[in-house]
Amino acid sequence: MKILIVDDEKDVEMLFRQKFRREIRNGSLELVFAFSGADALNILEETDPPKVVYVFSDINMPGMTGLELLEKIKTKFPQINVSMISAYGDSDNYNKALTSGAKGFFTKPIDFESLKKEIQSLMG
Amino acid sequence: MVLENIISIFILRYLQKRLPDAEAYLKWHKILKVGMLLAVTFIILGYSPIGSRVLIHGLSLALVGLIIYGVFKVPEFNQAKTIAYAVLPYLGLSLVSEVIDIISPSFYESIETLLDTAGFFAFLWAVALWYLSRKQKKALELERQKSEEREKEYRLTEKIKAQLEKEVAQRTQDLVKKKEALEKALNELKATQDQLILSEKMASLGELTAGIAHEIQNPLNFVNNFSEVSNELIQELREELKKDHTQRDKENEADLMEDIAQNLEKITYHGKRAEAIVKSMLQHSRKDNGKREPTDINKLADEYLRLSYHGLRAKDKSFNADFKLELDENLPILEVVPQDLGRVLLNLINNAFYAASEKKKLLEDEGEGKDFKPTVVVTTSLEQKGVKITVRDNGNGIPEEVKTKVFQPFFTTKPAGAGTGLGLSMSYDIITKGHGGDLSVISKPGEYSEFIIHLRQD
Repeated sequence: MKILIVDDEKDVEMLFRQKFRREIRNGSLELVFAFSGADALNILEETDPPKVVYVFSDINMPGMTGLELLEKIKTKFPQINVSMISAYGDSDNYNKALTSGAKGFFTKPIDFESLKKEIQSLMG
Repeated sequence: MVLENIISIFILRYLQKRLPDAEAYLKWHKILKVGMLLAVTFIILGYSPIGSRVLIHGLSLALVGLIIYGVFKVPEFNQAKTIAYAVLPYLGLSLVSEVIDIISPSFYESIETLLDTAGFFAFLWAVALWYLSRKQKKALELERQKSEEREKEYRLTEKIKAQLEKEVAQRTQDLVKKKEALEKALNELKATQDQLILSEKMASLGELTAGIAHEIQNPLNFVNNFSEVSNELIQELREELKKDHTQRDKENEADLMEDIAQNLEKITYHGKRAEAIVKSMLQHSRKDNGKREPTDINKLADEYLRLSYHGLRAKDKSFNADFKLELDENLPILEVVPQDLGRVLLNLINNAFYAASEKKKLLEDEGEGKDFKPTVVVTTSLEQKGVKITVRDNGNGIPEEVKTKVFQPFFTTKPAGAGTGLGLSMSYDIITKGHGGDLSVISKPGEYSEFIIHLRQD
């Protein structure tokens, strides 16, 4: 299963790769990373249909915000699951994300246990 | 004969008029009166048939002679000398003719015409001398008047001078009082200014807090996450090590070790990042004027651009903007006061974000703005004599009439309460007075504003 993680903090990649070390090693999970909304869209558009099934995106990014990215993904690829990860867990962001079609809303610091559960539920 | 007595009366009268009325001169007044009485008596006697004509003439001559003698001898009467000189020839001639007439009447008769002519000339002499003396007297009088006037003028000038000096002293006193009052007001203003600068610092610190919190939260998350994940990796490594050595995955072990080492590096890195942010926050709030220190301008620009962005982001959830950093990698290290320059950058960048997002709001109100992306671009570049930093936004720009005022204290276009109006004026002071640099603005209304900082390399 291919998952895309969007965050402008580059160290997120290393963190996720280690957190999902086992899953990556046994081939059940493939992680790709984008550091901006525009990057993310490029990755999704690489193949048709996109191989990515789940996108986790930060909200607070320069340029395109996570919420804007969410709207764009939901318009172009409604089948892809999108969840938001934000340092700002206020109700404004939360409501906006959910009404725009986000599957979940995670706050930073990321609780990897619940994140894993979320991914596992999708892997079945 | 009458003439001699008239001369006597004339001289006496002249002396009498000029003799002071004081007690000491009472004797002389009496003598003059007696003299005049005698002269009058002699005139009357001269016309009466009584007495000898020669005797009366002689007495008259004696009287006038005595008077002239007095004029020369008595100091008080010296002023009549001129009259004496005028009449002397005539009196002398009169005496001589009388003596000749007595001694030899026939000889007298033979020279009578000559004597008459001489008498006429003596008379002329008297008149001429009198005329000259009068003229001289008038000139003297004029001179006296002039000198009197000069004296008067001098006294007047002195009076005016004294008055002026008094006024000057009064004015000086007033000015000293005013100066003291102004000094007091100035000191109060300075104190108020210090207070304002401090509150502006505190206000900008307030603006910073949200950004700082976010900026610290991020590295802290990494510190926590990386230590947590490292623990997991160590656990995994232990499990691996417990296995029988034929089953051990050496490659995996090496990977785990490598990851753990990298994580520790990351923990250090993000710990330092948080520390740097705290340090710069402390620097920013420092009350005293900071010292210049070697500063990486690019790092400072990056740091404050992020602080500004996250600060605004944290404060206003709907805020979003694009920002770009175009840094010249060849910048020299400059001696600046980092917290001051940081404050300037924060102010300029905050303003830029504000301007760009205001335009976005304006466009959205008009139902447009879908394609408008608020953008702030911070650039640094090397110049011949220093460094140029620009902060550019694609907001609505600054109208020409406002452009001249933006650096004035208390000038603000923000709604009441939203800005102190001190940000740009303080920034201007920090750049020009604090760093000897230059802060200017260019703008195209409706399109962009760009603030330009020039810093000299000393």
